[in-house]
Amino acid sequence: MQFIDANLLTIIITLPLAGALALLFVPKEKTGLIKNLALGISAAALLFSLRLYFAFDAADAAMQFAVNKPWLPDWGINYRLGVDGISLLMLMLTAFLTPLAILASFNSIQEHQKAFYASLLALQTGMMGVFAAMDVFLFYVFWEAMLIPMYFLIGVWGGHRRVYAALKFFIYTMLGSVLMLAAIIFVYLAHKAQFGTYSFALADFCGTAFPLKTQLWLCATFALAFAIKVPLFPFHTWLPDAHVEAPTAGSVILAGVLLKMGVYGYLRFAVPMFPAAAQSFAPWLALLGVIGVVYGSLVAWSQPDMKKMVAYSSVAHMGLIVLGIAAFEPAAVSGAVLQMVNHGLSTGALFLIVGILYERRHTRMIEDYGGLAKAMPGFSAVFMIVMLSSIGLPGLNGFVGEFLVLFGSFRTYPWLSAAAVSGVILSAVYMLGMYQRVVFGPVTHEENKRLPDLNAREWAYMLPLLAFIILIGIYPAPFLRKIDAAVRTYVTAVQKPESALAGERGSHKPQATNKERR
Amino acid sequence: MTGNFYPLLKWIILPPLAGFVLNGGIGKRFLGEKGGGWLGAAAILLAFIFSFLCFSDLLNLPAGHRLLRDTLFNWISAGSFSIDFALRFDPLSAVMALVVTGVSFLIHVYSIGYMRGDKGFNRYFSYLNLFVFFMLILVLADNPILMFVGWEGVGLCSYLLIGFWYEDEKNAAAGKKAFITNRVGDAGFLIGLMLLSYLLARQGVSGLDFETLALNINLLDGGTVLGFGAPTVIGLLLFFGATGKSAQFPLYIWLPDAMAGPTPVSALIHAATMVTAGVYMLARMSFLYALAPRALEVVLVTGVFTALLGAVIAALQSDIKKVLAYSTISQIGYMFMAAGTGAYAAGIFHLTTHAFFKALLFLAAGSVIHGMAGEQEMFRMGGLSKEMRFTFALTAVGWLAISGIPPLAGFYSKDLVLEHVYAHGVPVLWYAGLATAGLTAYYVTRLLALTFLGGKNSETHAHESPLLMTIPMAALAALALTGGWLGSKYLLAFLDPASARAEISPEAFRLTMISVITALAGVASGFFFAIPAISDALARRLSIAREVVYNKFYVDEIYAFAVIRPLKRLADKVCFGFLDAGLIDGLLVNGAARLTYRTGAVLRNLQTGNAQGYALTFTGGLILLLYWIM
Repeated sequence: MQFIDANLLTIIITLPLAGALALLFVPKEKTGLIKNLALGISAAALLFSLRLYFAFDAADAAMQFAVNKPWLPDWGINYRLGVDGISLLMLMLTAFLTPLAILASFNSIQEHQKAFYASLLALQTGMMGVFAAMDVFLFYVFWEAMLIPMYFLIGVWGGHRRVYAALKFFIYTMLGSVLMLAAIIFVYLAHKAQFGTYSFALADFCGTAFPLKTQLWLCATFALAFAIKVPLFPFHTWLPDAHVEAPTAGSVILAGVLLKMGVYGYLRFAVPMFPAAAQSFAPWLALLGVIGVVYGSLVAWSQPDMKKMVAYSSVAHMGLIVLGIAAFEPAAVSGAVLQMVNHGLSTGALFLIVGILYERRHTRMIEDYGGLAKAMPGFSAVFMIVMLSSIGLPGLNGFVGEFLVLFGSFRTYPWLSAAAVSGVILSAVYMLGMYQRVVFGPVTHEENKRLPDLNAREWAYMLPLLAFIILIGIYPAPFLRKIDAAVRTYVTAVQKPESALAGERGSHKPQATNKERR
Repeated sequence: MTGNFYPLLKWIILPPLAGFVLNGGIGKRFLGEKGGGWLGAAAILLAFIFSFLCFSDLLNLPAGHRLLRDTLFNWISAGSFSIDFALRFDPLSAVMALVVTGVSFLIHVYSIGYMRGDKGFNRYFSYLNLFVFFMLILVLADNPILMFVGWEGVGLCSYLLIGFWYEDEKNAAAGKKAFITNRVGDAGFLIGLMLLSYLLARQGVSGLDFETLALNINLLDGGTVLGFGAPTVIGLLLFFGATGKSAQFPLYIWLPDAMAGPTPVSALIHAATMVTAGVYMLARMSFLYALAPRALEVVLVTGVFTALLGAVIAALQSDIKKVLAYSTISQIGYMFMAAGTGAYAAGIFHLTTHAFFKALLFLAAGSVIHGMAGEQEMFRMGGLSKEMRFTFALTAVGWLAISGIPPLAGFYSKDLVLEHVYAHGVPVLWYAGLATAGLTAYYVTRLLALTFLGGKNSETHAHESPLLMTIPMAALAALALTGGWLGSKYLLAFLDPASARAEISPEAFRLTMISVITALAGVASGFFFAIPAISDALARRLSIAREVVYNKFYVDEIYAFAVIRPLKRLADKVCFGFLDAGLIDGLLVNGAARLTYRTGAVLRNLQTGNAQGYALTFTGGLILLLYWIM
């Protein structure tokens, strides 16, 4: 047990990759074994993550389960890991969604099954690594490595335009990360110049001082890379293509985890490294976030394709999250982090729901459905709860996050937050509209009359999602408690360098906030 | 925290929740119709009993100190926000809880008869129980955020129940319209709360429970937002939310469509309880409105205008449920009038009597529709008094009560509201309120005459409804008979011990006479114009005006033309077509990709594979570089 606890993060990160390698030795005809092995490994990773979750001390603001082993010591590259509350929730989300995504693929993936599950597991290692790395080099390795399995998931098991979508996803993300790499090397060299030693440690990066002008450039570079990942308007157009073409599991992971990495990047790197610059960018980020809320909702409304609609709704939801983290207000940031989890749950569930329909009818067009409530009552009830969670109905998870983001951000950006409330209306417009046309009304297509309701396997992956959608809605306190210390660290990091500025922010009147909008 | 810790409170809300889970989860398979229906009703009866127990404990406290509280757990806590899942029981929530559970219980029993044989029977009762649960959260919540849970929760149940018979596209669309219209109001409500919490936080107040808000609200006095008083802006934003939930102008358009739901649902949700939530909210936030007289003016004028508008439209509808729907809009207008003059107790009083007589009228309409095999057109009814004697007699009670004939319930409460409006001192508002009263008497009389009197207008042989339906109606009729007198004697003093005894206007007696005469005139003209020859002649003469009113002044069409269609066009053409697919993705993203590709294609020509060529370029580059460095 002691060995496990000491190496818990390493185990969680490497276990899926080890599983992926093990899969390669299974003969490809034994598909049953492949599936069960993949599921088993991801379940084991979840168990270890649970151990992490319960051993994590919410009162401790420091990085926990820290590991620091030399890797390429001459270059200052170490195997540095650690988690705070934010990382913890992201790790849990990843560990939770991966087995569900695997379970959801049992029927829908029929070709190259071995490679598929190996890719998913390898992807999990990459994602876990991103959330646990405390060494910028190590982070970058995970960040880039993750692209490869995702590229294959879309490009090999995707829909008709899979190659276009996969390439677009890959190049777009790559563009951002190459720029980020340049910035990383710049900071690395600057640290050497200032302190005389090479180091990629995140803490050292944060300790390196720059004149404001340099900070602005560096921060902008990071911000762009992460904005593409979020994706923030107007860098979002890769997302609908990637989602539409990706297989269900790919969409679940993409929306559920990958998008969070953009926001995580702001929380962990861009802002703590360049707090002064981040402060001058923050209003712009918030503005782009709110544009995303309105714009994403409006565009979602005009989609005839369910998957594309959910993809655009993600743009809206992520925009709200960015508003939250750019407000530098504890409640807003807590809400944003919780909303990252919520979005992972409800949008992941929405993609699973579209996948369930696609498996039965091989179409994602809204107009091909209608009146499903009759043939699929269980499905319709699940869909209803998930939809309500997505539109932020009080009592379900989405509301708690939205409430904290909106009420918290209002203290920093009253106008922007008030504008973001329009998302409350618009989300109901497009989601209820879609639900009505798919589930209610008369059965307009003969094929839909005899569609089977959810089977045991489908219940098995929807029920855990529903459980958390309801649990976080009613009793979010334990989750909020876990992130509290990390959120405070994040907020104070920004307020420290320019306490004068922070003081001014807290006190001006609503009229004065016109300034922020410009 | 003030108020007594009182753990019994949670037992008011738990039975309906349990009923929802049981009926929704295992109802169809294990409970069936009998079990499911009675289980649903029993859950509400339990809630009523617990409400009554709490009420009697509340009565034992001295007036002015009547407050019981129960904190179940800390719900949301982050940064400086800490929202408890806490319930409060004071005279206002006590009245609401008793009305909600009492009327709900009767309607649940009625529904067992009304919904018999429906294939969604258990689903219906689970939704109905869930509705009561959320409604109780709304009225018992100790802070506005938890109140918002109930607020949106009842909206959800309303959505589910309006679209209960979802196979008809129309019903589902009506449900969606209700939900979205409510969300428009809710957005205003949320912004109001955000502003309130922000301004108080700046003064160092972070608690959001009603007690803390009421104690610190004076900190906002004198503060301005956009040049208006802060309490006024907040009050107006919250009231905008109320116009959505309570179907007032300009957001009343969803309620007539909501009649697509089963009739007991219309009685419970869209007449007696949910739609009055806005009035309750105003009364709950009265400490805020005390600082916002200009916001109250808006409330008053909106109430007067909506009351009159609703009554005018109701006077011309031919669908029995539509008449009652517009009547509800109009009657809630009265409640807002009361709130607008600051007479919240009078507003809640009218809310209570209205819950009795309007629920009765809706259930009676349901009984008629049930008896006529689904017919809702009044012009195809007529002469039902012989076939449905009992329903007729009970409808007559509701008719007199809503018309304001003494000593029935409506007389007391409506009269009190009008007295307050009169005392407020703007004569035109009082005249409009009085005209509404006359019109109300007119359209209900017309409804009664067209439905029950005269000759038969259809071949359908109507039958009287079963006892399961008529007994709850009889109970409501008893309340509609006596509720006004009892209310004026006890309820007002219970709600507002300070000002109940106060004389409102020295001319009270004269005012009462005027409103009774108006009511009688309305009744008389109702009978007069119900004579077919006269109504036909009048309809011909006023055909254009009639057309406009019958179509609700085309407000739906105006919204569609001015708001929904432009917005949809913005989404389709500008946002998606032009910006997303065209500019951002087409021109910029894929354009950049194409440009890269083309450049690559051009540059490929340079890569000739000729070593001498490379050497030449290299040397040239080197010379340039050296030149630049030196």
